[in-house]
Amino acid sequence: MCKYGLVNRIIPFSCVDGPGNRSAVFFQGCEFRCAYCHNPETQNLCTSCGVCVSQCPTKALTMGDKGVLWNSELCCSCDQCLNVCPSHSSPKARWMSVDDIFQELQGALPFITGITISGGECTQYHQFAAKLFDRAHELGKTAFCDTNGQLPFREMPELTAVMDMAMLDVKAWNDERHRELTGKSNRIVLDNLNYLSEIGKLYEVRTVIVPGLLNNEETVEQVSRHLAHYPEIRYKLIKYRPWGVRPPLEVQPPSDQYMEQLRTLACENGANEVVLT
Amino acid sequence: MTENMEAKVKEIMEDPKLTYPQRLIELAKAAENLPDPVALSEEAQWFVDRDIVFDMGEGNAPYRPRYVVPDYDKFMKQGSKFLMLDPPKDIWDAVSNLLILYRFVPSVIAGPVYVGHIDRLLDPFVKDEEEARHAIRLFLTHIDRTISDSFCHANIGPYDTRAGRIILELSAEMQRPVPNMSMIYNEHTPDDFAKKAIGTGLITAKPSFVNDAMYTADWGSNYAIVSCYNALPVGGGGLTLGRLNLKKLADVTESPEQLLNDLLPRAVAAQCEQMDKRDTYILENSHFLENTFLTEEGLIQKDRFVGMFGLVGLAECVNQVLHLTDPKERYGHGKQAEEFALEILERIHSQVEAYKPKYGKFALHGQVGISTDLGVTPNTRVPVGEEPPLPEHLLITAKTQKHFAAGIGELFPFEETAKKNPQAVLDIIKGAFAEGMRYFSFYSSNSDVIRVTGYLVKRSDIEKYDAGEACIGNSTVLGSGASKGLHIFERSVRSV
Ligand code: SF4
Ligand code: SF4
Repeated sequence: MCKYGLVNRIIPFSCVDGPGNRSAVFFQGCEFRCAYCHNPETQNLCTSCGVCVSQCPTKALTMGDKGVLWNSELCCSCDQCLNVCPSHSSPKARWMSVDDIFQELQGALPFITGITISGGECTQYHQFAAKLFDRAHELGKTAFCDTNGQLPFREMPELTAVMDMAMLDVKAWNDERHRELTGKSNRIVLDNLNYLSEIGKLYEVRTVIVPGLLNNEETVEQVSRHLAHYPEIRYKLIKYRPWGVRPPLEVQPPSDQYMEQLRTLACENGANEVVLT
Repeated sequence: MTENMEAKVKEIMEDPKLTYPQRLIELAKAAENLPDPVALSEEAQWFVDRDIVFDMGEGNAPYRPRYVVPDYDKFMKQGSKFLMLDPPKDIWDAVSNLLILYRFVPSVIAGPVYVGHIDRLLDPFVKDEEEARHAIRLFLTHIDRTISDSFCHANIGPYDTRAGRIILELSAEMQRPVPNMSMIYNEHTPDDFAKKAIGTGLITAKPSFVNDAMYTADWGSNYAIVSCYNALPVGGGGLTLGRLNLKKLADVTESPEQLLNDLLPRAVAAQCEQMDKRDTYILENSHFLENTFLTEEGLIQKDRFVGMFGLVGLAECVNQVLHLTDPKERYGHGKQAEEFALEILERIHSQVEAYKPKYGKFALHGQVGISTDLGVTPNTRVPVGEEPPLPEHLLITAKTQKHFAAGIGELFPFEETAKKNPQAVLDIIKGAFAEGMRYFSFYSSNSDVIRVTGYLVKRSDIEKYDAGEACIGNSTVLGSGASKGLHIFERSVRSV
């Protein structure tokens, strides 16, 4: 399967997925089940249940022999299919080859500094991603992974070698809390934090701040202590925002004031560059 | 005085929305229009009568070039005998000398359309950082309040200088529309300086970026960006600007072949004739050049003046003549539309280039529109509301800007998020320039100072003007018109 990756969508220009202007490729599928997931439609592979087909207002979806077929020409991007999907999947995900992806990025290439793969969880397709990154380098573009660290980079040598940098989510420092939030332990995530820092391939660590749900201070404090040894790695604190979250969470986005407090906490604990967003 | 004229003069004098200087300009314009227009052949007049060829309302008896672009660098070195000014010795002399000279630089607006490569002019006098900042703040404030016209244009770059940085910082802080500003950008411009300019641009819609390599190929390195985004030789300028309205030409066209083989060449010839005659009038009848110390002191010279062949409405022309209604096929999207558009531009370019006017030469200019335009998109732009996704939009823009040596520009509003990543905007600019785009304007969708087609206005000023109050900037009046006719506030905002 390493000739193809299942792509949820491609954004030709993004200024929030690493340095400079980048194209972002979102893969389908993730092992975490975060309560605050902003793209729940990227979590699972389609089960071909057919529920979305009848709900599409423009008849862009049909049931074929091998599953749902999506006609992009007819699609009006209403996202009704995503809302009704019982499996947190998308009928619009496409199996794409490296050629397919760069074909689609053709028009964007002159204007981007690199590509970033995201998800879902991009490392689910690590062998494919390594090939994608080789091609990016041939074209003079940089290659970044936006990952939640659920798979060990130590065990994905091709991808780790070829990628320029990773941006890693550390969602919760406390393992119990991490399990509650994502359904999985954070043992591998924290090992990735160490490993990627040591080999100089960590561009940024990210934590989503959710008051009332997570122990934000603990995570910020611990990550910052780690980053004190790596001043070149920046720490991005992201405000929880309710958009796209299904089912909605019973929590409020953090105040600017609280975000500032956390920034101060991060700096006091040694993080060199802290970005709020 | 005809009755009409009397009514016109009264109307100007009684308009409560015009400030005193604005009133003076309007009165002078009314007087300039008293003589009959420069006589044209019957053939050319046919196109003029249908508004296909237009003299931009520059005045029936042009008594000065439209854009005068003095050699300010020379002025800084030599001072001025006529103005009794010695060459400046410190930053205060420097800004004072320049502000004095500006009063004597005529243009189609009341003041100068070009105030110099101001970083290069002032940088030699930056000794103490704080003192320089103080002087430059006064300088910029003075320009904003007294010239108060967004067609007044300053240039900075390509090199990183202390003066350049101070100018960028003050512009971001002051958030005033005047002077308009361009950053000359080439391979010598450090990323760091370019990013600072982008940061300023996302706050206050200036500077725009200039593809120096392309303009240097057209004019040599001694050119300037003036008015909205005209590119003209320093030490001369632009005599007149004619405007070919391709949308109006399409209105009288029956087939693509008729356009390319008959109407277009005739319309181009008509506009060349009008420009040639008006240029000749300026030089031979109104004797502007012989009657100014600017010539005597070598700040301008006759052979550095050119004529600007402007055009608008390419998009409408292509859609209309090819009968394109499907959004996927229309200009900015379809292959056939693009090929036809490029063919039109190729034809215009070769005919204009081959034309030998009595004085100087003609270069293509992508006219930015006038406030009364309705349903005519400036230059070669894709109409507001029909823009393709940003990568394709950049590519079609670059392709259609190729021949416009006398300047052309397109503008791109970005979302607030771009402020955190100026490198992203720089990547886009670098890519666009490598693809052949000449000029790149941008602003952040929620800034108060925004760009209206080519010049800057304060959103809050337009609101005041529309509510019936007088405003200091002339461009507010234009902006108010453009906000209605061109839907400028509805431009597609780019999220990157
Ligand atoms: S988003 Fe989904 S439901 Fe909506 S038109 Fe497209 S395929 Fe159909
Ligand atoms: S996308 Fe969801 S709803 Fe549609 S067929 Fe697949 S699993 Fe069923």
